[in-house]
Amino acid sequence: MPEKTRYGLLIDYEYCTGCYACQVACAQEYGWPAGMSGMKVIEVVQELPNDKAYLAYLPFPTELCTLCAGRTKKGLEPACVKHCMAACMKYGKVEELAQEMGKKPRMALWAPR
Amino acid sequence: MKEENLKIIRTTTWSAGPGCHGTCGVLAYVKDGKLVKVEGDPDHPWNQGRLCSRCLAMTQYVYHPNRLTHPLKRVGKRGEGKWQEISWDEAFDLIEQRMNKIREEFGPESVIFTMGTGRDIGAWICLLAYAYGSPNVMFPLSGIACYSPRIAAVETVQGDYCILDAAQWFPKRYDDPNYKIPECIIVWGYNIPASCPDNVFGHWIIDLMKKGTRIIAIDPRLSWFASRAEKWLSLRPGTDGALAMGFLNVIINEGLYDKDFVEKWTNAPHLVRSDTGQLLRESELVKGGSPANFVVWDTASKQPAVWDSQNVAYKQNDVKPAIEGEFRISLANGTTVTVKTVWAVFREEVNNYPVKRVSEISWVPEKDIIEAARLYAKSKPASIHWGVPIDMTPAITPTAQAITALWCITGNLDTPGGNVISRYAFDAVAYALPGAEGVIRLKSKEADKKRIGADRYGPLNKFIWRAQPDLALEQIFTEKPYPIKGMWIQACNPVAGIGLDPKRWAEAIKKLDFVVAVDLFMTPSTQLADVVLPAASFLEKDGVKSWWIPLQTINKAITVGECKPDVEINFELAKRFDPDLRWKNIYELFDEIVKPSGLTFKQLQEKGWAFPPQGHPSAPYHRFEKGLLRPDKKPGFQTPSGRIELYSSLREEWGLEPLPHYEEPPFTPVSQPELFKKYPLILSTGRRSPVYFHSEHRNIPWLRKIDPDPVVEIHPETARSLHIDDGEWVWVENWMGRCQLKAKVTPVVPRWMVMAAHGWWFPEKPGEEPSLFGVWESNINQLISMGAQGKDGLGAPIKNLLCKIYKVSEEEDNA
Ligand code: SF4
Ligand code: SF4
Ligand code: SF4
Repeated sequence: MPEKTRYGLLIDYEYCTGCYACQVACAQEYGWPAGMSGMKVIEVVQELPNDKAYLAYLPFPTELCTLCAGRTKKGLEPACVKHCMAACMKYGKVEELAQEMGKKPRMALWAPR
Repeated sequence: MKEENLKIIRTTTWSAGPGCHGTCGVLAYVKDGKLVKVEGDPDHPWNQGRLCSRCLAMTQYVYHPNRLTHPLKRVGKRGEGKWQEISWDEAFDLIEQRMNKIREEFGPESVIFTMGTGRDIGAWICLLAYAYGSPNVMFPLSGIACYSPRIAAVETVQGDYCILDAAQWFPKRYDDPNYKIPECIIVWGYNIPASCPDNVFGHWIIDLMKKGTRIIAIDPRLSWFASRAEKWLSLRPGTDGALAMGFLNVIINEGLYDKDFVEKWTNAPHLVRSDTGQLLRESELVKGGSPANFVVWDTASKQPAVWDSQNVAYKQNDVKPAIEGEFRISLANGTTVTVKTVWAVFREEVNNYPVKRVSEISWVPEKDIIEAARLYAKSKPASIHWGVPIDMTPAITPTAQAITALWCITGNLDTPGGNVISRYAFDAVAYALPGAEGVIRLKSKEADKKRIGADRYGPLNKFIWRAQPDLALEQIFTEKPYPIKGMWIQACNPVAGIGLDPKRWAEAIKKLDFVVAVDLFMTPSTQLADVVLPAASFLEKDGVKSWWIPLQTINKAITVGECKPDVEINFELAKRFDPDLRWKNIYELFDEIVKPSGLTFKQLQEKGWAFPPQGHPSAPYHRFEKGLLRPDKKPGFQTPSGRIELYSSLREEWGLEPLPHYEEPPFTPVSQPELFKKYPLILSTGRRSPVYFHSEHRNIPWLRKIDPDPVVEIHPETARSLHIDDGEWVWVENWMGRCQLKAKVTPVVPRWMVMAAHGWWFPEKPGEEPSLFGVWESNINQLISMGAQGKDGLGAPIKNLLCKIYKVSEEEDNA
């Protein structure tokens, strides 16, 4: 049996602003009640030497993420990817995204399913 | 989703809903008359398919169980929370009768019409107020300290406002061949993820960063930008003016400015008398000369020459004006005076701010000031994008003058990728921001004379058609020079959001004879009204968006209950108050507003949006060279002299300092050393939440879950010294009062400062007094006073205060 192509989400978290559009877009698309969503945005504040710090956000796909199977079958982007205010998420084949991931730092690749 | 009954309506966000000033293209999915989903319009050049969390939550917003859906009449005492549903006809009749009574007895100016951040209702509240005859349209934030002061200040210097160039003027956006990516952007007191204020889509700056733009972040907090900036300047709140003067100092003394621009387009060569410190006018030089004309020293003829302001040219031929230097000139009255050029006195002022002094004032290291100034000045093009902290100091105007001088003297004004003059698309004005006049006007200039503050403050007289809120609040109590008897509050929440010293606002509202509130939900402010009218969200109405570019329409997608669009409510009453109203219906009004575009409202609606073509005065670039800015089509600017006024003739006329400079805000460790001993932390307020617009959205479940509590950010070391743990409730207190907030312990704030969230009330708590939706628990504005506005009536200390902070004791916690 040939291996099924796996899809995922490539996140350029250098540019994720923590706007929460992805989290609410998913809740709207699937009618999740408040507190549930296929995407959860996490704030990371890392203290650095010399009294410095770095503020980052990372969208994390939860157990509820289906990678928008219905939408992507129709050729649409996942709801979170489409609305991402920083355009920092990409949906695609895991292998292709992995290639792209090599091109710049501060990237994360999620393959939730 | 079954597709048969599904309709997709293309519209534009503005006004109630996401709450922003933006212009996002939206696709509303409507099934059997019901909104089922909202998506970003991928074809819209503004957002290109993206959309924020607030707009994506619209289904929860429009069908919220607490949405006001019928007009309500108060039946109990004010604030008692007892209401009776009435019909629209009853509501209109009641309002007409009560407001006519006030007009007859006290005059139309005795009713104040107050709005929140404006959005599309800015036009319609003026329509109603002006039809009623009152000039008192008000934005009740102390010192009008949000955007209007910056616009007025920039217009004082250069005649037109300007903003960051993110190619928003072009349908093809960044791909337009005339556009250039800024090499550097100074993000000055602005935090992106949260907001699209001032009609700029915040994330455009991120688009540009991906294309190579470098960032200089000016912010006391480690904002998202600060984390990613080439240079981050963590300044003491309120010292922006000093920092801007420091930048000018470096740029001028290192010769990094555009000399040609300064000589050709500014009033640098105009002469200032050393004895009076004022601009020398032609009327002083020769008998019969005009006081509107200025004088320069012609190095060719070695004598004075006259700058004819009306003709935007010298009266003599081949004048070679001196830019630097001191001269002796004989006047018409026979005396001789010493004069210097504007550039000389401007430089003298700038030289009062050596980097060392600026560093002491702002707490920014000298090296960072110098390097940031150089980076900005050497980047071509470079742009400055500023936020509301600039307005939130009483010395807003001199601060904004300094920043305006930065983009002018570096040659970045109206150039691709610089700061581009922003006009309403096609010069079609609905909502008249400072300086603009639209089709909706007061009947006579005479009626405007009674506008609160117009006689006292130059910019209010010249640019800002609003009542001055600090004076207005006092006038409600003093009844001088005339009594205020009624208030029309539309999409505005002075008790929970925009009002400083909110208990005083509540008291003021309760003192009035008749109060109408128009809103989408009950709020602490609507709770104090006599009549409450249910307004529509942007999805429930037709409207015009005419603020910068493009020109577009808002298109109705759904109906909710008996809610009415603000424009329809105000139009109906305007007709009743003014039988001569020019328009028969709102569509005639819309047609007249969009007329300069050559389209009717219907045609524009079908088109979706319209961009002014190249060569139109509302389309960039280099308009001052092409004679596109002035009504007489002469090259130059719409200022009194036709030049960029580095030395402001208007400020001189108003009896205020004509040059940019720094003034210490009134409640800082420097200006209040005694208070600082008692209140040893700098209190800054109002950092944005990505899921709220000011006091809105606390009742939207998807959004509230993301940002559930009113927080105050405290540095870990400061928190440790006060024995405060992350997530604990604390009192934030100063001489004005105190409120309870939840500690968020985080190194994004400096040790010496705390940042408090604003606009908090609790829609889930009892609405009647004394609770008023818990508004007195966490509303940080209780620590901020009214009445500290700037000398020109603008600006207020909102982000540069003092406080102390301590744990809520356990007894209080249990009580
Ligand atoms: S891919 Fe689809 S299901 Fe997964 S988080 Fe994004 S919107 Fe939700
Ligand atoms: S929408 Fe994009 S930028 Fe916003 S939080 Fe999600 S991933 Fe980050
Ligand atoms: S806040 Fe910004 S993204 Fe949201 S609707 Fe307004 S303009 Fe669009």
